[in-house]
Amino acid sequence: MSTSTEPKTENSTVTTERITGSEAVVRCLLAEGVDLIFGYPGGAIMPVYDELYKYREEIHHVLVRHEQGATHAAQGYARASGRVGACIATSGPGATNLITGIADAMIDSTPIVCITGQVPKHLLGSDAFQETDVMGISIPVTKWSFQITSPEEIPSVFAKAFFVAKSGRPGPVLIDITKNAQFGELDFSYEKCDRVKSYVPRPVVDLERVQEAADLINNAKKPYVLFGQGVILSEAERELKAFVEKTGIPAAWTIMGLSAMDTDHPLNVGMLGMHGNYGPNVMINECDVMIAIGMRFDDRVTGNLEKFAKQAKVIHVEIDRAEIDKNVKTEVAVLGDAKEVLNLLTPMVNANQHEQWRQAFRDCDAKEYEKVIRNECEPTTGMMTMGEVIKNLNKHTNGEAIIVTDVGQHQMVACRYSDFKQSKSNITSGGLGTMGFGVPAAIGAKLGAPQRQVVAVVGDGGIQMTIEEFGVILQTDVHVKILLLNNEFLGMVRQWQQLFFDKRYSATEMINPDFQLIAQAYKITANKIDQRDELDAAVKQMLEHEGPYFLEVMVGKENNVFPMVPAGAAVADIRLE
Amino acid sequence: MPQQITIAVFSENKAGLLHRVTTSFTRRKINIESLTVSESEIPGIHRYTIVVEITEDEAIKLVHALEKQIDIQKAFWYRNADIIHREIALYKVRAEAMQEGSPALEVVDRHHARILSVEAEFAVIQKTGRREATHQLFVELEPYGILEFVRSGRVAISRPMKELKDYLSELHFASQR
Repeated sequence: MSTSTEPKTENSTVTTERITGSEAVVRCLLAEGVDLIFGYPGGAIMPVYDELYKYREEIHHVLVRHEQGATHAAQGYARASGRVGACIATSGPGATNLITGIADAMIDSTPIVCITGQVPKHLLGSDAFQETDVMGISIPVTKWSFQITSPEEIPSVFAKAFFVAKSGRPGPVLIDITKNAQFGELDFSYEKCDRVKSYVPRPVVDLERVQEAADLINNAKKPYVLFGQGVILSEAERELKAFVEKTGIPAAWTIMGLSAMDTDHPLNVGMLGMHGNYGPNVMINECDVMIAIGMRFDDRVTGNLEKFAKQAKVIHVEIDRAEIDKNVKTEVAVLGDAKEVLNLLTPMVNANQHEQWRQAFRDCDAKEYEKVIRNECEPTTGMMTMGEVIKNLNKHTNGEAIIVTDVGQHQMVACRYSDFKQSKSNITSGGLGTMGFGVPAAIGAKLGAPQRQVVAVVGDGGIQMTIEEFGVILQTDVHVKILLLNNEFLGMVRQWQQLFFDKRYSATEMINPDFQLIAQAYKITANKIDQRDELDAAVKQMLEHEGPYFLEVMVGKENNVFPMVPAGAAVADIRLE
Repeated sequence: MPQQITIAVFSENKAGLLHRVTTSFTRRKINIESLTVSESEIPGIHRYTIVVEITEDEAIKLVHALEKQIDIQKAFWYRNADIIHREIALYKVRAEAMQEGSPALEVVDRHHARILSVEAEFAVIQKTGRREATHQLFVELEPYGILEFVRSGRVAISRPMKELKDYLSELHFASQR
């Protein structure tokens, strides 16, 4: 530990102290405001763990049960809190186990900093015990990475790492630290990083482009707003609301943009994409001007690009230059931060109502309700459906909970039917579609927003990929609620097999363990229901329970998620049944 | 239509950067035809010159993806008409082929190639030019026996007059915000 009498909460102090590299790592974390880190110890990171022990009052280390859980927990923490998530692991398998979460954070623009131990510098390349080229492996899935081989590099690399992770379009950063750099000493001082040469996290907004966008919007008869996570990341929720309320433009969201606008807002028309709402999917091919804000036109959003909104003039507000014209060609590209652009744009646009145009969405809603939603959310016979469970959850959370999902049918249903009244409340693996995301991400979300109710909605497939993280719930006493929608199938794959592979259910049926016993083994209060009349009380009990809770709901085995845009089809060819 | 495109990437040369540069190509299954790393006119800034066969649309996307990398300062793409480019080729032939009176000497002359070195058993010929030119010399020397052949990656100078330092100072200004 430091021998200095200086307080440990340094910001940009110029005084230096002689400390070890491993202490410097912890001091850097403190300087960046990290008070929580998810990790798993091992040989090559032990010096840092020794310091984490000494600083245990300042930094809470959460011991995960698998390093993948550490990355997902850091993601959940980051997404719920708006801060940078941190995780730490050893070299070799510890490092490789992080990769799935890092890739997930990369594609979903989540700011996390991952620290890995590495064999001593003199052993690099020697196939030493637990040596792996984590730099080489992680480069394609990190926003930035650096291998520290001498202790002097630690402060500046950590400062840059946190700056890069959270600035601009956020993303994961990996710092690999050789063991000799942890043991060695340096003259420590810390200065936060606020710029990196030639890196432009916030492009200067071109006012001419904003004016062109405003002109298009002012002349539009059928304008359509499509927003993504960029709105949440730039904290532009209020600005988005002001923009659509002034212009009367219906606004649809991508799965990553969910919760940026209240569910019950009259201009919120729902989700676009493969399992999105009927209106947004049909109307995207009817609109004359599309205003895409902080989103990247993923193929699950656009379906067949050749048949996606070809009639529309596209305005793309986006912070990442590489996303503009990548998938959808724009009429007007406004490069910049969503909040900044919206603040400039809203005063330039005319007030409008677009009543007739909005009515067209409502007409579609009525059709979707008749064909899909009534059956999915209000069934009276047969096994329970995922939709009715989510609707019941809404009733008891009042739309105020953070909903964390895993990946699959339950994810689509949860995103379609969950109510939200607050941003940063939908935490899901959108781009990578990582099964196993739900439980650890919910743990991270609860620790990142402890005052909020956090419900992990998971399926029986995904939960088993990271069920070991129940150990964290036990050891750290995380008051997270787990709602398992059990259909004893890998439901989404089964649905595709039913629709596109003549019902050949190849490797999708699950013979499951007794989840109740597993939950109880981790001392998590558990309940299981399979009758409709038990649902209301069971959900209520789960949410009112003081500590962590596991509720398993048996749902129809072969239910499908509709509407659905078949892969490769046009979004407007969305199927209701 | 795919065409020969030259990508120029400028960066402070750092360990691991070459991997970052090449993964931008390999993940899009773009085959790198040649790659040359050298200094640039600005101290500390290295230049990667990469030749690929892609469409202009792909080139634009690739350059944006490259520039997105934190440690890459600037990237450009060029059609062949936008650049002056050369490669250098070395040919090792038997010493006899370069003896006076050998018709191979006439070939070397005609191609404005030069004999770089003559040793007891072999000679080395150097030819600078476009790829077609170095290839043509290869074809014509082949009958005399080529023991070893090597061609460098492309080096290229752009025609537009705007200098790298001006691009970098613009970026510097933008990154200060």
